[in-house]
Amino acid sequence: MAERLRPDLAVIAQNIAPGSRVLDIGCGDGKLMAELVESHGIDARGLEIDPQLVERCVARGLSVVQGDAGSDLANYPDKAFDYAILSQTLQTAARPDRMLDELLRVGRQTFVSFPNFAHWRTRSALMLGGRMPVTRALPVSWYETQNIHHVTIADFRELVAEKGVTVENSWFFSGGHEIGNFAANLRAEFALFQLSRQG
Amino acid sequence: MAPTLPSKRLTLSNDLPLDSGQVLPRVEIAYETYGELAADKGNAVLICHALTGDQYVASSHPITGKPGWWERMVGPGKVVDTDRFHVICANVIGSCMGSTGPASEASDCKPYGMRFPVITIRDMVRGLIGLLDGLGIERLHTVIGGSMGGMQALSLAANWPDRAARVLAIATTARHSAQNIAFHEVGRQAIMADPNWRGGDYYGGSTPDAGLAVARMAAHITYLSEEGLTEKFGRRLQDRPDGTKGTKSFGFDADFQVESYLRYQGSGFTQRFDANSYLYITRAMDYFDLAEEHGGKLADAFAGHGLTSVNGKGARFCVISFDSDWLYPTAESRHIVHALNAAGAPVSFVELSAPFGHDSFLLDVPALDRVMKGFIDG
Repeated sequence: MAERLRPDLAVIAQNIAPGSRVLDIGCGDGKLMAELVESHGIDARGLEIDPQLVERCVARGLSVVQGDAGSDLANYPDKAFDYAILSQTLQTAARPDRMLDELLRVGRQTFVSFPNFAHWRTRSALMLGGRMPVTRALPVSWYETQNIHHVTIADFRELVAEKGVTVENSWFFSGGHEIGNFAANLRAEFALFQLSRQG
Repeated sequence: MAPTLPSKRLTLSNDLPLDSGQVLPRVEIAYETYGELAADKGNAVLICHALTGDQYVASSHPITGKPGWWERMVGPGKVVDTDRFHVICANVIGSCMGSTGPASEASDCKPYGMRFPVITIRDMVRGLIGLLDGLGIERLHTVIGGSMGGMQALSLAANWPDRAARVLAIATTARHSAQNIAFHEVGRQAIMADPNWRGGDYYGGSTPDAGLAVARMAAHITYLSEEGLTEKFGRRLQDRPDGTKGTKSFGFDADFQVESYLRYQGSGFTQRFDANSYLYITRAMDYFDLAEEHGGKLADAFAGHGLTSVNGKGARFCVISFDSDWLYPTAESRHIVHALNAAGAPVSFVELSAPFGHDSFLLDVPALDRVMKGFIDG
């Protein structure tokens, strides 16, 4: 396999303990799952809404269920997984806050990545151009985008703080590379958080 | 009845205890196999057939001469590759293709008829497990079934959790709905209303073909989609026997092509199927409720495959539905998948798009081939 993973997915793959149980929500064509299963000996399950992507996942031997993360997570028991992963999907949820609660319920640890709406390119497109940004990280026009809840790193930090959720780790990316957390809310195109909730 | 058919046969070494509390003695299972069994017996794939199916999954039917019912899927180099797998397909008990059923002789050397005990899906699977025991196969590589075959696959997984490593359930349900039962009841009443049925005691005389044909016609409608029927027949009229093209007869001949098609399906069916078997098997399907068997909670049916499964012998599951199947719609498959998720079992699920209704699993749906192959090989 050894397909090149998106940088946020590569970081996730590096930070998951071998032999653990993982649920990848919005697993797409299963790239991350395949990497976890084949290189890390991980019991990975997936949830994906697009039937054609599910078909590709199952055809490559992965355990993936076609379903809607907004409603189907309810069927999984508490702490059924060591890790629940939601990559680049939070901003498409009808209620991102509730989805975050569900992630933290089914997984002992949660990885969440999302495009940062406060990246300087986004800010300048809005401030100087006066239009909804169409950028490398957010390539689709406002009327076509699935991103219905744009979020910034600062917003996200505030939400998890309000929920009393522990930030175990965080990573920031720009131009396909990891960058430091200095002025991340301005410099990062994408953010990745590792979270947990006690009790 | 009870024709002597060219099949392998195994007489179960023990009498079969049934869900009804009765016991079925001297059970014979007629089956076919394809491909070589590996020395470690680890490459056995059991295919469970549907209501009116049989063991001839990949070889021609001895009565109709038609190709095996899943030849597009089973054979050398195919999705279920008989160059690699030892494929077993057995006639279920209660049926009429060589396994013990209502047409078989009871202890008084007369056909059972309605003296045959009412059986369940789990009883059918008991028979299949007896066959596997007889063949010395402890753990199947995969058990596969569509429709009623899917019910058997799920029942096997629920009741004998370490007998299969993979469970592939297609276009199926964990319980019969009121609508499912209602359609079956129409079929049963059609058979019983046929004067030739005679309380099921018709063997050796005229058989209730008219009733059985009506039952088949009603059921056949449920296997197709409205879209499929419309595309295939629309309101088109038949050519008349005298050669007149497509006019109404102002009578009750088969004016519409769809009528002619259904009549053909009905009468063809009576050539190969026993009416009493139809009664018993539809009854078994109507009684099927996998959750009810396990204390009312479907997730508990799959407890042997979940997080708490410590022996590590649980199965992987794959559930497939079709968007045009209104007999066992996608919601039924989701219900199964949710229960498997709740049990912590590894499961894949996909709803495939196909125009053929419930019968899609038997027809040319390339996405089905890809998903099945990926699951079986994975």
